[in-house]
Amino acid sequence: MYWEPDRECMDREELEQLQFERLQSTLNRIYSHVPFYRKRFDGLGILPEEIGSLADFSRLPFTAKEDLRESYPYGLFAVPLREVVRIHASSGTTGASTVVGYTRNDIRIWSNLTARVLTMGGVTKDDVVQIAFGYGLFTGGFGLHYGAERIGASVIPASSGHTLRQIKIMTDFKTTALISTPSYAMLVAETIREQGIPLAALSLKYGLFGAEPWSEQMRQEIQEKLGIVATDNYGLSEIIGPGVSGECREQNGLHINEDHFLVEVVDPDTLRPMSDGETGELVITSLTKEAFPMIRYRTRDLTSILPGQCPCGRTLRRMARVRGRTDDMLIIKGVNVFPSQIESVLFEIEGTEPHYQIVIDRKGGLDEVTVLVEVGETIFFDQMRRQRDMMEHIRKRLAHELGISVEVKLVEKKTIARSEGKAQRVVDNRKL
Amino acid sequence: MLRVKNLEAGYGPLKVLRKVSLHIGPGEIVTVIGANGAGKTTLLKTLSGLLSARGGEILFEKKDIRRLPAERIVFLGCSLVPEGRQLFAPLTVRENLILGASVQYRRKRQGEVKEDLERVFALFPRLKERETQLAGTLSGGEQQMLAIGRALLSRPRMLFLDEPSMGLAPRMVREIFVHIARLRKEFGLTILLVEQNARGALGVADRGYVLETGRMVLQGPSEELLSNQDVQRAYLGRSPEGDA
Repeated sequence: MYWEPDRECMDREELEQLQFERLQSTLNRIYSHVPFYRKRFDGLGILPEEIGSLADFSRLPFTAKEDLRESYPYGLFAVPLREVVRIHASSGTTGASTVVGYTRNDIRIWSNLTARVLTMGGVTKDDVVQIAFGYGLFTGGFGLHYGAERIGASVIPASSGHTLRQIKIMTDFKTTALISTPSYAMLVAETIREQGIPLAALSLKYGLFGAEPWSEQMRQEIQEKLGIVATDNYGLSEIIGPGVSGECREQNGLHINEDHFLVEVVDPDTLRPMSDGETGELVITSLTKEAFPMIRYRTRDLTSILPGQCPCGRTLRRMARVRGRTDDMLIIKGVNVFPSQIESVLFEIEGTEPHYQIVIDRKGGLDEVTVLVEVGETIFFDQMRRQRDMMEHIRKRLAHELGISVEVKLVEKKTIARSEGKAQRVVDNRKL
Repeated sequence: MLRVKNLEAGYGPLKVLRKVSLHIGPGEIVTVIGANGAGKTTLLKTLSGLLSARGGEILFEKKDIRRLPAERIVFLGCSLVPEGRQLFAPLTVRENLILGASVQYRRKRQGEVKEDLERVFALFPRLKERETQLAGTLSGGEQQMLAIGRALLSRPRMLFLDEPSMGLAPRMVREIFVHIARLRKEFGLTILLVEQNARGALGVADRGYVLETGRMVLQGPSEELLSNQDVQRAYLGRSPEGDA
C-alpha cells in the first residue's frame, strides 16, 4: 500500500532531478529571505546560483542546533509571521528550546508526509488511530494527527499519559493502531498484562513508534505483548516533525521522503561523507519548506543509508533505525558506548524486564557504570544463587558487547521510574 | 520528456538565465511564471534553439538537444509558439498554417498535412471561417489561434507557448486557456507555458515554476503555488490578508 505511489516509487533519475530543482529554488529563496544564510554564503563567497551539482552543494556550511538557538525565536524564518499558520517548539531536553513555523502549504505537505508514513505502517481509512503523543508544542501529536486524518482514519487524539485511561479507550473504542514512543508502548503493554486484560479484548493491529531510539529486540517484545505489527518512524521538529522517514511492513529500515528532504551521512568529527552502510551523523536539507527551510542541518542522530532496494517497491532510499545520538553517546573509560547497545543485550536475557537505567559515577578519577535492570518477581525472591548467576551472565554479555566492564544491579519490578514520553535511560553523575 | 539542468543563457555581457533547472513529464502542462524581464522568453528561445545556451543541459527524451539548430528541434517534435505570434501578415490564414507544415515535408509525411489542417480547423472553427483572409486582418485572439495552429501543423509532441494571453481582451484570454487544455486532451500534447498571467496559467497547468531575475525561486503543484503568499503578492495581485 502506497500513499503517493508516483512519488514513493519514482524513477531514481527523475527523483534526483526533482530534488535538484527543489534544492536550487530553496537556496535562491533563503539567500534573499534569510539574513542568516545570506551572511554565511557571502562569508564563503558562494552565490546560490553557483550551486550546479551535489558536489557544489557540499561546499555549503552545516547548520547546527546552536544556530537555531542563537536565532531564537524567529531568526531563521523565511516568511513573515503573518504567513505562518502554526508554531511548534522543541522541548529543549538538553538546552534552550528552538522555535519552528509552518505556512499553510507546509502543513499540507507535512500532513501528506505523515500520511505516507502511516500508510507504510499499515494504517488505512478503516483504522481507528489512537495518538498517544503529546499534543502541544511537540510536533509528534499534531504531525501524525493531520496525516491520519488525511488518510481518512478515525483519529483519537488521546495525547500522552493516563495509561489506564488510554487502555480503556483502546478497548472500548476498538483502537486498531497505536501511535506513541516505543517506551510508552512498552508501558502500555505491561499495564495491560498487570490489569489482566486478555489480548483478545484489544483490536490493535498496528503500532507506529518514534521520537526515541529503540532496538530490534524491543520491537519483538512489543509486537508479542500487544499482538501487533510495530514499525519505526523518524522525524525532528527542526526539519518538520514526524514524516521525515518511516518503515514499511518489511521492517528493514526507514524510507526517507527524499522528494522533500535531501539526506547526507557524515562523520560527526571530521564531517566527511560516509559511504552507504557506514554509520555517521544524519544531515538533512529541506527541499520544499516555505516558513522554516533548513540547509544541511546536523541532526546529531546516528544512522546509515542502507544499500539495496526494498522489496516493497518503493524507490525511496532507507536509513537504518537511529542507533543513538551523537550527544547521548557516552564516553566511558574512553570507550564510546550507546545506551541502545546495552538495551539490545538486556532484551536477549531471559528473566529481565525491558526497563533499565544506566548510572555513571566518577570515583577517584575513574568512571564507574552501573546498569540497573528490573527482573521479574519469579526469580527475585529466595533465589540468591540464580540472582548471582544472572548478574554474572549480564555482566559478561555487556563486557563482551561494550568492551568495558560495568556493574550490574538487579532491582525489583517498577523500581525504575516510568516515562510517558521519551524515556530517561541515562543518569550521568560525573558532571563533565 | 524534457529535462533541463543548470541552463545558462544571455545576450552579450548580460546574463539572463542563471542555472535554471526544470522538467516536464509526458502529457504534463507545466507553466513558468514570472515578471517582465525574468527570463521567460529567453528560456523558451534557448530551449527551442533560437538562442544558444552558455551552459547546462537540455535533454528531450533523454537526447541532448542543447547544441542542435532550431529546425532540428522542430523536426524532433518540439514547436514554439512565439511571443507576439510572428505571423506573415500579407499571407492568408491557410498559407500561414501551411508554412508550419514544412517540417512534415522534410519528414516525408506531407500526406498528413491535409488531415492536420482539418484538425486545426476543428479546434479553431474561426480560422476555418477566415481561411482565405489575410493574417494581418485578424483580431488578436484569432492571430493567437493561428500561431498555435501553425505550430500544430508541424505535428509536435511538445509545445512551447510564449505568453499566449498577452495583449488579448479578458474574454479572449479565458478562451485561450481553455484551448490550451484542449491541446493536451485532443492532440495529446505536452505543454510548457510561459506566462505573466499567473492565475490563468496556474489554472490550466499541473505544475508551475516561478522565475525571478533568471533564477528559479519556487516550484510545485499549481494549487500549492496558488496558495503561496509570495506568488499571491507578486503575481496574483492579492494581499495575503484578504485570502480566504
